[in-house]
Amino acid sequence: MATAPDLQSLKVDYKRNPMLPWPFHIKRVKHETEDTFTVELQPSGDLAEFSFQPGQFNMVYVYGVGEIPISISGDPANAKILVHTTRAVGTVTKAMDKLVRGDILGIRGPYGTPWPIEKSSGQDVVFVAGGIGLAPLRPALYEVVAHREKYGKVVLLYGTRTPADVLFREELEGWRARFDLEIYVTVDRAMSGWRGNVGVVTNLISRAPFDPRNTQAFVCGPEIMMRFTAMELHKRGVSNEHIYVSLERNMKCAIGLCGHCQFGPVFVCKDGPVFQYNQIKDMLVRWEI
Amino acid sequence: MKAFTIDHTELNRLIGILKELGYNVLGPTVRDSAVVYEEISSINDLPIGWTDEQTNGTYRLTKQDSKSIFHWTVGPQSWKKFLFPPIQKIFATHKRKKEVDLPNLKKMSTQEELPRKNAFFGVRSCELSAIAIQDKVFLDGPYIDSIYQRKRSDVFIIAVQCSKANSTCFCVSMGCGPRAKTGFDLALTEIINENDHRFLVEVRTEMGEKILSSIRCTEASEEDLSTANEIIKNTEAHIGKSLDTQNLKNILYQNPEHPRWERTAARCLSCANCTMVCPTCFCSTVEDVTELTGLQADRIRKWDSCFTLDFSYIHGGSVRTSVKARYRQWLTHKLASWLDQFGTYGCVGCGRCITWCPVGIDITEEARAIRDNQM
Amino acid sequence: MEDLRKILAEHPFFKELKEEYLALIVGCASNVRTDAGKIVFREGEEANQFYLIRSGRVVIQLMTPNKGPVVIETLDEGDILGWSWLVPPYIRHFDAKAVELTRMIALDGKCLRNKCENDHHLGYELLKRFSEIMIKRLESTRFQLLDIYGDRS
Repeated sequence: MATAPDLQSLKVDYKRNPMLPWPFHIKRVKHETEDTFTVELQPSGDLAEFSFQPGQFNMVYVYGVGEIPISISGDPANAKILVHTTRAVGTVTKAMDKLVRGDILGIRGPYGTPWPIEKSSGQDVVFVAGGIGLAPLRPALYEVVAHREKYGKVVLLYGTRTPADVLFREELEGWRARFDLEIYVTVDRAMSGWRGNVGVVTNLISRAPFDPRNTQAFVCGPEIMMRFTAMELHKRGVSNEHIYVSLERNMKCAIGLCGHCQFGPVFVCKDGPVFQYNQIKDMLVRWEI
Repeated sequence: MKAFTIDHTELNRLIGILKELGYNVLGPTVRDSAVVYEEISSINDLPIGWTDEQTNGTYRLTKQDSKSIFHWTVGPQSWKKFLFPPIQKIFATHKRKKEVDLPNLKKMSTQEELPRKNAFFGVRSCELSAIAIQDKVFLDGPYIDSIYQRKRSDVFIIAVQCSKANSTCFCVSMGCGPRAKTGFDLALTEIINENDHRFLVEVRTEMGEKILSSIRCTEASEEDLSTANEIIKNTEAHIGKSLDTQNLKNILYQNPEHPRWERTAARCLSCANCTMVCPTCFCSTVEDVTELTGLQADRIRKWDSCFTLDFSYIHGGSVRTSVKARYRQWLTHKLASWLDQFGTYGCVGCGRCITWCPVGIDITEEARAIRDNQM
Repeated sequence: MEDLRKILAEHPFFKELKEEYLALIVGCASNVRTDAGKIVFREGEEANQFYLIRSGRVVIQLMTPNKGPVVIETLDEGDILGWSWLVPPYIRHFDAKAVELTRMIALDGKCLRNKCENDHHLGYELLKRFSEIMIKRLESTRFQLLDIYGDRS
């Protein structure tokens, strides 16, 4: 397997061409579960740091293979390391899965609208994550935990397929050990040995400890899961204006020019991916929009 | 606003002067039974004596016993092929042992022809509107398409006022014609009869004035202006179709399950012709290709169409699998979403999609059908 | 008894139930305690009771030949366990096992069934409430069926 090339010797003006990726070196590759892995990247060349807001994504380029949008899953307070967690399901991610420390990835970004965390000051914050959806929410969790005193109750409801698919297990256990965070994990099915919840993540909503009248909810996961979650949250009394979801669509440019990510009149790459549920709920239930 | 008249023979000189000034002169010519836009070198390359008849799904070019140069409307191509080329290399990376060069943007031109200034010769009013619409898409957003920007700057535009309309035209409904009012350097109106063949030339810019001053021209008389005016008014009277845009956006947004979509989808081949010929369609895709040795990897941008099945592909499936959903996406985008996205319609009423649809689907008919039977 | 009546009356499942019916149901109620690891009921057994979980945790599971017991759902405080007592053939379809020390109120389904046959109003009130639970479980199950986190999600 040839090492990815060193995308150095840049004589190019990056501001002039937003389609050019910047080279980042892989510092570490961690295999989280059977099909999910995390890469930790460091910028190369003149770029010392990479700042982003929770909820944003990058276009990640694997030399000669292709480029895809991946949410940033690291700590926004650490601008020296860029973290991406993804499932290895397509050509590009499968190629990425084979890379090792020292290899290069091309990065364009950060793009998109962030989770509106600042709006939650003084309120309860509920994170509802489904499957890989925990990855785009993790930066928001880091930020909320870092400024814990600003918020009321902080709750994470996380559902995934089986116990073997639980992401960031150690981190979740660490958070759970704190007295000021409520972490609930559930799986769709489990073999014996799992002591936790079994059932869909929406089942956790009715009992979760938060005040629906004073809550912001951030939801991320497969689209069906987000729809059902929003319904349950709404049933419990959370207004649709206070529910935020993160959408995904086919993207080729991430800068609002290729047209692929359109969802009705909005471009998921620049008007999203984070949307206020109120704004898009009617389109979400329509077929094939 | 200044206006002059020139004899038709002066057109050749005009082309010549532009070339001397370093312009790549791009204009209409006949090839493969259609009027297309290519590099032209003299007046002889122009479609002299040709005229077209266009109806739903039909385009017929015929030679007439006439010397008229512009007595036809738009063909299958539009000026977007120069500003937003169908295939465009975005960058090339080269691998030498462990090093890779990303291209020097200035050197990138060695991979394509040197970006000379372009002169567009013979741009219709609808096409001027289309260019303005694409300007908004590519130059007005949070990110600018730098390639479009490079190609768009310094373009010298010679517009032509339409002396005929086709049955598929509906520029009037979209507020895009037939009179070209702005967005050009010079605008020509062909005045031709038994005795005389000349052009009224409207001047809009300093550059236009400067270039015009190098050829023989006389100031336009009141009669010239009036004759030209009549020609355009006559064209307007013959515009073939109409599209009622009143409240159209909301009507389309509110009728996503209208039975008409299903009906039209049964006819639509999702061949993507309409998006290829449409002067405002801007969707593209990006391909990363490596050549066999793996030493060079290029990123190439190509035109794409929302009519293709994998346009909306994510996670093992497409969002819009049915032709109905894709047709609805295209029409709703053109006549509704575009307004929310860019503040204008995405349609200029040129009628190309109607002419070049193999089954003759008519965007004006579709909009009418949904409006008339709103749910 | 007094204590049980209070607990039942406060439970959302029995909300707005007429006083006389509540008294009837209390008559069929008893406290049970199940230690961690003990089976509450097994697939195939006669279904004569349903339970209101007061504390602890019960898992609904199905034994599979090659994978052992697969847990389908976990039920906690406040959940209702068991509905097979309502409809013939009154046989349990799943195993239920307490995974912690669990205290529940057991309600005599057989006794209630007879009472419902005699008083259809009571029958309707109970069925109404149980339908809601079953529908919610069905929705959840369908959701689980979709396997949204899998390869095709």
